[in-house]
Amino acid sequence: MGNPVLEIANLRTSFSIKGNYHAAVDDVSLTVHENEVVAIVGESGCGKSALALSVMGLHNLKTTKLEGQVNFKGQNLLNLPVSKLNKVRGRDVGMIFQDPMTALNPLATVGRQIEEPMDYHMKLSRGAKKKRVLDLLRRVGIKNEQRVFKQYPHELSGGMRQRIVIAIALACDPVLLIADEPTTALDVTIQAQIMDLMKDLQNQIKSGIILITHDLGVVAEMADRVAVMYAGEIVEIAEVRELFANPLHPYTRSLLNSIPANMKAKEKLHVIEGIVPSIQNLDRTGCRFAPRIKWIAEEEHEMNPQLHEAEPGHFVRCSCYKNFHFPEERVGAETYVTT
Amino acid sequence: MSLLKVNKLKVHYPIRGGFLRRVVDQVRAVDGVSFELEPGETYGLVGESGCGKTTTGRAIIGLNKATEGEMLFEGNDLAKLRGSDRRQHTKDIQMIFQDPYSSLNVRKNVLNIISEPLRNFERMSPGEELKRVQTLIERVGLNPESIYKYPHQFSGGQRQRIGIARALTLNPKLIIADEPVSALDVSVQAQVLNFMQEIQKEFNLTYLFISHDLGIIQHMCDRIGIMYKGRFVEEGTAADVYNNPQHLYTKRLIAAIPEMNPEKRFEKTHLRQSINEAYRTDYDSYFDKDGRMFDLKRVSDTHSVALQ
Amino acid sequence: MLKFILRRTLIMIPQLLVLSLIIFLLAKAMPGDAVTSSFMSNPNVTPEQMEKMREKLGLNDSWYVQYGHWVGNAVQGDFGQSFTHKQPVTSLLAGRVGNTLLLSTGILIVTYIIAIPLGIIAGRWTDSWADKLIVTYNYFAFATPLFVFSLLMLFLFSFILGWTPIGGSVDIRIETGSFDYIVSKVKHLILPVMSGALLATFGTIQYLRNDIIDTKLKDFVKTARAKGVPESKVYTRHILRNSLLPIAAFLGYEITGLIAGSIFLEMIFSYPGLGQLFIQSVMGRDFTVVTALVMISGTAAIVGTMLSDIILSIVDPRIRID
Repeated sequence: MGNPVLEIANLRTSFSIKGNYHAAVDDVSLTVHENEVVAIVGESGCGKSALALSVMGLHNLKTTKLEGQVNFKGQNLLNLPVSKLNKVRGRDVGMIFQDPMTALNPLATVGRQIEEPMDYHMKLSRGAKKKRVLDLLRRVGIKNEQRVFKQYPHELSGGMRQRIVIAIALACDPVLLIADEPTTALDVTIQAQIMDLMKDLQNQIKSGIILITHDLGVVAEMADRVAVMYAGEIVEIAEVRELFANPLHPYTRSLLNSIPANMKAKEKLHVIEGIVPSIQNLDRTGCRFAPRIKWIAEEEHEMNPQLHEAEPGHFVRCSCYKNFHFPEERVGAETYVTT
Repeated sequence: MSLLKVNKLKVHYPIRGGFLRRVVDQVRAVDGVSFELEPGETYGLVGESGCGKTTTGRAIIGLNKATEGEMLFEGNDLAKLRGSDRRQHTKDIQMIFQDPYSSLNVRKNVLNIISEPLRNFERMSPGEELKRVQTLIERVGLNPESIYKYPHQFSGGQRQRIGIARALTLNPKLIIADEPVSALDVSVQAQVLNFMQEIQKEFNLTYLFISHDLGIIQHMCDRIGIMYKGRFVEEGTAADVYNNPQHLYTKRLIAAIPEMNPEKRFEKTHLRQSINEAYRTDYDSYFDKDGRMFDLKRVSDTHSVALQ
Repeated sequence: MLKFILRRTLIMIPQLLVLSLIIFLLAKAMPGDAVTSSFMSNPNVTPEQMEKMREKLGLNDSWYVQYGHWVGNAVQGDFGQSFTHKQPVTSLLAGRVGNTLLLSTGILIVTYIIAIPLGIIAGRWTDSWADKLIVTYNYFAFATPLFVFSLLMLFLFSFILGWTPIGGSVDIRIETGSFDYIVSKVKHLILPVMSGALLATFGTIQYLRNDIIDTKLKDFVKTARAKGVPESKVYTRHILRNSLLPIAAFLGYEITGLIAGSIFLEMIFSYPGLGQLFIQSVMGRDFTVVTALVMISGTAAIVGTMLSDIILSIVDPRIRID
């Protein structure tokens, strides 16, 4: 592991709903190192995307309150005015978005859109800029780069557009990449291509990557470390092999058991009881996952659940994981069938 | 006898061009697809966007017009039936849609949503109707008192169950499920998939399960047909297709499923690379000169592959 | 592009034929004809003379023969004779079309000059006091009837303050073509143009404001911010270009209105243009003039639609016409 590039400390992101602020990201601390892919995984509403946007300062500041620290290159990004933040965005931090169909400006050519961050962050001549763009296009696996340079987004397929989005993120050699569900909107074979491309680029540029995803398969293929989020909190964080071999938190284990690919065909999938609470209705005292594992006795939970280092580098929140079992007591439920 | 036999189904859309907007070509959304569904089985249609899987499903239920071919449902050709005859048969075929948010009418309460098919096909007193809807809604795991609520008052998983209850009202024989869980979170997905398996046994249903998610297809289906550009690539039992894929495209599709074991990620990457390499070297033996699939050829009793 | 224009022009022919037939038949269906309206009030003309006149003018032929004549002449630019003005319709229109174009173009330009900045301000700073002010003005513009507003303007600026002339399009005492002549033309235009434009801003402001509010939330705007694009450039380079598209496309339809003119404004400001002529001709049952005017504005509408398509294909790379 290299030096830390980003240190998030006690980040709390709250949204104003009918005049009251409710935290979507609740006291999250996380460090990303050079040349490290940290995946943040969870279901919709767990706060993973809100976390990514907080780092970049992309929330609407009128309705969002940010507390804590996001330390990057010796400054707390949360305290920077937008004008200073703009020197970081696109320069040191690149962002990859979920939907390549909407993430590009329909009225500007591909070349123009990749050049744009260079306009603000690098002093380059027109020729040098174009050369750099063509080089980036080749690096993200586009073969006829001269042609694509002049094309508009609608002339390209979804997979091609996602490559353009990646090229934009890489335009100024960032030290940190934030990828928000980069493969979710893509077809399986395109998803595989983009995953392989990102792994390949990672080996070249050695930046830190925050990978936001709901797909544990994408995590298993790409991540070095994994943070599992539930209801605004990190409930488990571990090195990727450790997490898949030895998942501890009841939520992580439930999630793994609800994936069809992990189970034998036609076998009953695990269903997590109840629903994810909305941020207004969330009970913020005690273990937030407790209402969804009601068969676990109350005294198994902590009053004020903290992250514990269960194994070296493997942290898990609340003590309820120690004696956790599935209600149906399925034999061998933890042995996954791999395809 | 098979419940549904689709024979050389084609769905084409004209492309117009030139000065007089004449038909210059056809979009071959479905281009000669044949398969059979045995009663009680789950048949998976899988492929990437634009492969024609959804159009096939919609053609069977009559939402897209078949250009050519037969769709024999219990021996009657749905493509030839018109008007009330067709409606009598389509009563036995119901559809579950992908998006539980947009496939339910927001201005109708659950009672009206679920009883709509009943009102179209059966004469029932309001009392009988209410009782029937309550039984169904209870069966899909919702509170019978919630029938006066509106779709927005339910979560995604609950909405999809309302959609399933609606499909079940007329005791159908065949259910076409078009990406029924794609819009749902994993844990909610699990709930809906389990539930579909339960009601399959209980109501003796046959499923045509359409999805792009190979993991879900593998979990749910007895037999699988893989589609590419409107044609079948490979057809067989789940074991045939997943453990012994024959066509290069199938191999590529299966290799694209994210590896759930982090230990094996490099192997997976290498596998994909070697398949990409094979695409460069052996392309001609898997695709004809227009890049289309060849006709299916039987390689075992259950397994067919599109090879020359 | 050329192919598209050609095809659309060919499609226009049957459209125009249907339009002309409807107009012609409607005009025929009205009680009375040119002869009645010209000589009704003249007691010296006997019904026999009137009948003779009809025979001579071909008004007793069956309708399709008359229609054939009318269309044949219209294609050659001859819309017949105005009965009240006693001169060819074509020269009558030619004398007024310039005034109407001047007035309508003036209104269109001033409308955009006022509406586009206001729409942008309201859309960018939603819920600010400026936005609230603009929205209030917009509701006022929407709710106020043009004729009431114009009369108020006329009363205030011409009668009370005496800043602008009361009516007409130019001071007739000034020599045509001189510098003073142009000044006088402009002076006569100011009030009708301002009255029309101040109310016409409604659609553009509302549309632009809503479109900017929508576009602000689009993903590609988030991409732009993530690139480190300064906020003002996010608007000029990304949001405005997208939001101005529909406005640009709408320009084609606006051109339709240029030719038809503003009937109310011309009447209230006694401005000698096509709109005023239209009302006078309807009142005077001068059907040759009425049909010619309806025909021209109908053609303008069809051409305007085509123009909108062409403009859109130029400004939006996603739309290609061939």
